[in-house]
Amino acid sequence: MKTIKVSLHYSLNSITTPVVSNLIRKFNVEVNILHANISLNKIGTLIADITGEEKDIQDALAYIEKQDGIRYKVFNNKLIWQEEDCVHCGACTAVCPSNALTMNKDTWCLEFSKEKCLVCGLCTKACPLNVMSLQA
Amino acid sequence: MQKTVAEINEKIKSGKAVVFTAEEIISVVEEKGVKKAFEEVDVVTTGTFGPMCSSGMFINFGHSNPPIRMNKVTLNDVPAYAGVAAVDAYIGATEMSERLGMQYGGAHVIEDFIKGKDIVLSAESYGTDCYPRKDIKTTINKNNVNQAYLFNPRNCYQNYAAATNSTDKIMYTYMGTLLPEFGNVTYSTSGELSPLLNDPEYRTIGIGTRVFIGGTQGYVAWEGTQHDPDQERLENGVPVGGAGTLALIGDAKKMSSRYIRAAIYEKYGVSMFVGVGIPIPILDEDMLMKTAVRNRDIQTVLVDKSGRENLNIKVNYEQLRSGFVEIRGNKVHTVPLSSIKFAREIASELKRQVQQGEFLLTQPVEMFNKKGHRLNKLEDREI
Repeated sequence: MKTIKVSLHYSLNSITTPVVSNLIRKFNVEVNILHANISLNKIGTLIADITGEEKDIQDALAYIEKQDGIRYKVFNNKLIWQEEDCVHCGACTAVCPSNALTMNKDTWCLEFSKEKCLVCGLCTKACPLNVMSLQA
Repeated sequence: MQKTVAEINEKIKSGKAVVFTAEEIISVVEEKGVKKAFEEVDVVTTGTFGPMCSSGMFINFGHSNPPIRMNKVTLNDVPAYAGVAAVDAYIGATEMSERLGMQYGGAHVIEDFIKGKDIVLSAESYGTDCYPRKDIKTTINKNNVNQAYLFNPRNCYQNYAAATNSTDKIMYTYMGTLLPEFGNVTYSTSGELSPLLNDPEYRTIGIGTRVFIGGTQGYVAWEGTQHDPDQERLENGVPVGGAGTLALIGDAKKMSSRYIRAAIYEKYGVSMFVGVGIPIPILDEDMLMKTAVRNRDIQTVLVDKSGRENLNIKVNYEQLRSGFVEIRGNKVHTVPLSSIKFAREIASELKRQVQQGEFLLTQPVEMFNKKGHRLNKLEDREI
């Protein structure tokens, strides 16, 4: 079993395909939606963790590729937080879209949840001390 | 009853001073009452660790042989102001590298200097009879220059407006990244721990006050730029929005890079986190009450950084720290920019130094103006 993080980009009018449902039913993978911004007649984005056997995941990705108007991207990066150089100011929490970066309201230390991280990289630019970076 | 700074200093020297941080004092006063707490408490320590753009360092490099009267100076490719004496210069925190732009600036030079790293000094001159040399390129560090002191024209803003963005585009500001359509609110003070919020009427802090700055002891040199004591105030004396400021001075050679940190705000530029703490002598019950101020007793205004809308919203720091405030019926995520964790560390370190007799308090040489000069604006005047 392994888990990959993917983003799906929907062009206009492509959201009528029940992609997530098909992934689960046809390819025996688990799909955990982390972020979704999808509306009728609009382009949309969905970010999810897909967990399953290597072959099932590859088949699932091949299935997505065949869909008209839907592209996918696998996140190969991970976010590296150099905690020892962090001053815990909180500036990165301004841009984190998934609440992976939050301030602990007792200690006022920054807390990072790897599971919630979308690896979008916004925090790497918002951090004034340059302690956030993406690594392949 | 009153206490004097001299009496408190005697207790500090004998190791008997009773000291609390500005957070701890709140529950001490709640539990013991003002009268009893005043009898017991001598000093309350404060702390702040936020980005303070109006910072910089004077350096005297020493004279070369043959000598040069430097009129263009860079330090690690960052221009420093050399329009002073032959080998004096001022490196401002927000100045940017001629080569790397805002990736590296004056604040990074200062942080590297404090760390003891070698800095490349490059200087040019037109040459004079007494200073014939026309250029020099060499390295300097904190062990081979003469004086090197931070002189920060404006630190410790007493209070500061919280920021948001009404437009439909992301804004990159010195108040961090502001998301569109009131997507977030940023704020930057240490609230109930902040030096000037614990002495809101400048009764103990004035010119000559000894302070903790960047890990060493420095002084209040003057009122800071944009000092604005006439700001609207609450009944407890606390100003609503920016008001008093401090010009601070301290020996950069003795500072620690833990408490001086270069910062880059995306698409805005360079700034510098400066760690400052000020001990407040508890001279009377009024001073004790002032230091017992709580986040909920401190308000600030909420400002639309695009300048489009006058929001007319006031929020207190308890609300800001809760993680959400309300703007026009919507819950909006709040984001700190000033490190509370480091502010606490500074207030605690200062408490330890006072308790152990390493840090004595000062009676200011002169108090600040408390009234009478609202901020001027820069007009486009006819020439």
